[in-house]
Amino acid sequence: MTLHTFKRHVRESIKSLGRNGWMTFASASAVTVTLLLVGVFFAVMFNINHFAKKVENDVEIRVHIELTADSRQKDALRRQIEAIPNVKEVRYSSKDEELKRLIKSMGDEGSSFRLFEQDNPLSDVYVVKAAHPQDTVKVAKQIETLPFVHKVNYGQGTVEKLFDALKVARNVGLVLILGLLFTAMFLISNTIKITIFARRREIEIMRLVGATNGFIRWPFFLEGLWLGMLGALFPIAALSIVYYNVYQVYEQRVSLPFFELLPFSPFMWQLSALLLVIGAGIGIWGSVMSVRKFLKV
Amino acid sequence: MIEMQDVYKTYPNGVVALNGINVRIKQGEFVYVVGPSGAGKSTFIKMMYREEKPTSGTIMVNGVNLAKLKDSKVPLLRRHIGVVFQDFKLLPKLNVYENVAFALEVIEESPKVIRKKVMEVLDLVGLKHKIRSYPNELSGGEQQRVSIARSIVNSPKIVIADEPTGNLDPETSWGIVELFEKINDRGTTIVMATHNKEIVNATRRRVIAIENGKIVRDEAKGEYGYDASYV
Repeated sequence: MTLHTFKRHVRESIKSLGRNGWMTFASASAVTVTLLLVGVFFAVMFNINHFAKKVENDVEIRVHIELTADSRQKDALRRQIEAIPNVKEVRYSSKDEELKRLIKSMGDEGSSFRLFEQDNPLSDVYVVKAAHPQDTVKVAKQIETLPFVHKVNYGQGTVEKLFDALKVARNVGLVLILGLLFTAMFLISNTIKITIFARRREIEIMRLVGATNGFIRWPFFLEGLWLGMLGALFPIAALSIVYYNVYQVYEQRVSLPFFELLPFSPFMWQLSALLLVIGAGIGIWGSVMSVRKFLKV
Repeated sequence: MIEMQDVYKTYPNGVVALNGINVRIKQGEFVYVVGPSGAGKSTFIKMMYREEKPTSGTIMVNGVNLAKLKDSKVPLLRRHIGVVFQDFKLLPKLNVYENVAFALEVIEESPKVIRKKVMEVLDLVGLKHKIRSYPNELSGGEQQRVSIARSIVNSPKIVIADEPTGNLDPETSWGIVELFEKINDRGTTIVMATHNKEIVNATRRRVIAIENGKIVRDEAKGEYGYDASYV
């Protein structure tokens, strides 16, 4: 394709947007509505994912060591734990450290535990992290069988439930997004079909004077691209503004310790790029699909 | 050159449009195709620019068998054949110049060549002074001249016209036929389907009469008419 031809295609596709003003508006609106919904879903999903990752990474196994174990036996236990597959790291925490942690975590009321500083009833602990959070349960079960292990604590029950809930949330989100995208594609393919129907004469003439299918398709391809990107602009702007404000308010006023929002930058840039690409994708798909049937010889 | 051998065409709904056509049209000929509506005239014409494919038989155009031509090669064939219709088929949103240039843009000619060729053919059809007009600002005859200009702008060897005077008054029709004769004088083959008895009888060109999907008459300097009783 020559540069002249390419310029012609670009010119034609832009002219056509103007000529079919209302259809352009309708198609772009279809993209807009969809991407707005998809964008909100993505924003929520990515944040849930972020939260899930953080929680998963925070999951650790606390191995309480028998009070009777001497230092050699403790070392042996450490080596045994380290030998278990999928164990990433083993950290030792003495009972004094454990008590300090307890006092700190209790806040103001923690000071009443200071009494125990004289005679610490806690046991020494190995804090174990699995290489993959999903392996936590398996690793914990294996550690339980080792000698000199008094008790293994990893938030039994809670962890499993949390992982399950996150999995469901992710899958539901994914299905919803896919459904929305398909709806948008059909909406766009239908609106473009109408614009093409109005231009079937033009296509007919192009074919009569010897235009190849590729040549005929180009302007429509580009038109779909513009439509999709045009439709993506509003959702990107709206989501950016909303997310920016939500982020500011959350960070300043609410800010729960265990849950943090993804920071505006780079998250919003990535989301914007994603929406732009999705918009362009459904625009192109819609126009290419609807032009196809007019090109059958 | 156009040559058809044992061409049959049955449409998917069972209608038999062509029932064994054998014909040879030499380069530079001027041929009228006559026949009643529904006799297969349009199908016969459409076969030549591969708008329809024959059910069986061979159609050679410029040395290519259209019956076996791949869909993807059709655009290349069309670049060597000009086609003119009763309803002009101009793009209403393009002006005269753009409508003619369209045929060259599509085959990716350079703007310089396009300008030169378009001005040449518009001069030939006598519309050089109206290049900025839009189709709805032109008379029927002028619109048909634009469409003829478009059909010959890439110098095809063959021009096929399907009732080009069907929508025009007798006087204007004469102008169009004279234009076709002028194009024919330059060595271009003209195949023209028509119902215009007056013109056919006055110009005395080769006449192919089609009825019930068959060529019922083929005369070198023929008259209008296709009915068996008429001949």
